[in-house]
Amino acid sequence: MAELMYWEAIRRAHDEEMANDPLVICMGEDIGVAGGTYKATNGLYDKYGPERVIDTPISENGYTGLGIGAAFLGVRPIIEIMSVNFAWLAMDQLFNSAAKVRYMSGGQLQAPVVVRSPGGTAHQLGAQHSARMEKVFMSIAGLRVVTPSNPRQAYGLIKSAVRCNDPVFINEHELMYNMKGEVPDGEYFHPLEGSELAREGSDVTLFGYNISVHWCLQAADVLARQYGISAEVVDLFALAPLDRAGIAASVRKTHRAVIVEEAEPAAGVGAEVMAIINEECFFELDAAPVRVSAANVPMPYNHKLEKAAIPNAGDVVAAVRKMFGK
Amino acid sequence: MNVADKKRLLREMLFARRFEERCYEAYVERKIGGFLHLYSGEEACVHGVLHAAKPGHDYVITSYRDHIHAIKCGADPRRVMAELYAKETGISRGRGGSMHIFDVANRFMGGYALVGGPFPLAAGIAKAIKMKGGDEIAICFLGDAANNQGTFHESLNMAKLWGLPVLYVCENNLYGIGTRIDRSTAVIDQYKRVSGYNIPSAQEDGQDIEKVFKAAKKAVDHVRSGKGPYFLELMTYRYRGHSMSDSNAYRSKKEERMWSERDPIIMLRDRLIEAGEMTKGDYKAMDTDVLDEIENEIIAFAEASPEPRVDELEKYVLAENDPWVYGGAR
Repeated sequence: MAELMYWEAIRRAHDEEMANDPLVICMGEDIGVAGGTYKATNGLYDKYGPERVIDTPISENGYTGLGIGAAFLGVRPIIEIMSVNFAWLAMDQLFNSAAKVRYMSGGQLQAPVVVRSPGGTAHQLGAQHSARMEKVFMSIAGLRVVTPSNPRQAYGLIKSAVRCNDPVFINEHELMYNMKGEVPDGEYFHPLEGSELAREGSDVTLFGYNISVHWCLQAADVLARQYGISAEVVDLFALAPLDRAGIAASVRKTHRAVIVEEAEPAAGVGAEVMAIINEECFFELDAAPVRVSAANVPMPYNHKLEKAAIPNAGDVVAAVRKMFGK
Repeated sequence: MNVADKKRLLREMLFARRFEERCYEAYVERKIGGFLHLYSGEEACVHGVLHAAKPGHDYVITSYRDHIHAIKCGADPRRVMAELYAKETGISRGRGGSMHIFDVANRFMGGYALVGGPFPLAAGIAKAIKMKGGDEIAICFLGDAANNQGTFHESLNMAKLWGLPVLYVCENNLYGIGTRIDRSTAVIDQYKRVSGYNIPSAQEDGQDIEKVFKAAKKAVDHVRSGKGPYFLELMTYRYRGHSMSDSNAYRSKKEERMWSERDPIIMLRDRLIEAGEMTKGDYKAMDTDVLDEIENEIIAFAEASPEPRVDELEKYVLAENDPWVYGGAR
């Protein structure tokens, strides 16, 4: 098994899927000649040419709609939106066209597009470049939402998303492109539904996704070492649909839940997972579930304020300690 | 356009008019729900343009005023009416409604209800055609008011930049819902607005089907020959309000009368009668035949059809049994 960086894993998935099917194309701002802001499509322009590796104008709604229209005829576009903040502009086409066309055509038409975009808070990018939008995407019927926490998932989720007949939004993270991790040498197709056990434990379940999985893992280390609390970490790589059975199974085992999200709390992953726990296994709980979320503010530029606005492993430890009275 | 073509198109336009007017009645009777946008008055646009193209072969996409576009592409009018009646036999299985008629088998790629939404979808269809190397073209029919959306500019730019085989037809009916074009749009002549993208364009009388056909022939030939996009503006008028919930109080009687004197069906009919190709009696018989078909075949089919089953509410949200959802394992 080779160790790849997150961006290398994404690039490899693009390359393999484009080699496999001449109808797979990729499009986005600066992805061709420049190789992509995060190098996710580096070298593909030279290999596959401008008809299949398309540098788009800065017209997010326009090129997303164009990709969707091409997908109607069987083309498999992988659309990179440079930053999730710009994906707001493509919401109309993604939600009104891609997500709804199968339903409103009575099953006649489908839009198998993959839209990848990095979200999250990086380093002092300010209010309009630090959005965490997964909670918006996951609320739309007809759209799948996945979010890789490591290079293996980043690779395998694209592979499956390209071949899946539904539109898939892949929520990546600005800070994770240089993260290293093992990726299978052979082809690997990661499921688009379910969850993964990132660490086994017995006293409390920490639910994370994307970058917050790593905060949960760090917190679980500290909790085990310093407080004797065995925390299980569940990686919710699929946000739509969420893994109801997997969430309930872990809570039935640990009887406690903490949901860790980089986004603001309102109507988010934490709220949704709590609702699922209530619906599926309320009477299994030994304590009220807790969420660790971002402050409800437009992201500030100042570094100290920015740090204060988003959670970290320490906040997760503090939440668990409070839950256990330790 | 020979005499047989003209007679056929006359019947098709008359059928379209009677179909839409019957929809109006059915809406008033509450057989049809939701929003309903009727095409009466604009018939020469879609019939003239698609007579110059290959319906069923070329891909067509449009807005929510879509019944007649679908039928002209080859959709079964019984199933279009059944859709309006929200029946399982409807062309979109009762899930779409008036604004979302789809007939993919006939390459009618749908009616969409966000003004300007189809602009980039049409460009994408054209991109796929180009990749696959077929001789089809994409034809996108939208109203004048859609040109004030960002998608208009974004799509024209990309279509020209990448030389995509797409024909944009602007059915300029002078009103965006209830706002007259000169109150919403800085440039009244829509064909002039595409010059900034270096796309060839033309403006034509949208009420005279022979003129529409001639202009469309040039446009279709341009696009099909691989020269990239084209923009054709057709000056037309809708007789009804924007939708059924529109009081239509913003237009003067004088203006409405002026346009009704240039009715596309009457103009073609009178031309055929004057040329001795048809009598008034022939036309009356044609109308009777159309009305009979609509009532006895189309409405009867819609009325008799079953509604969708409630236990199939969640069907068609996502692909069924897609193995890649499970990593290809199943």
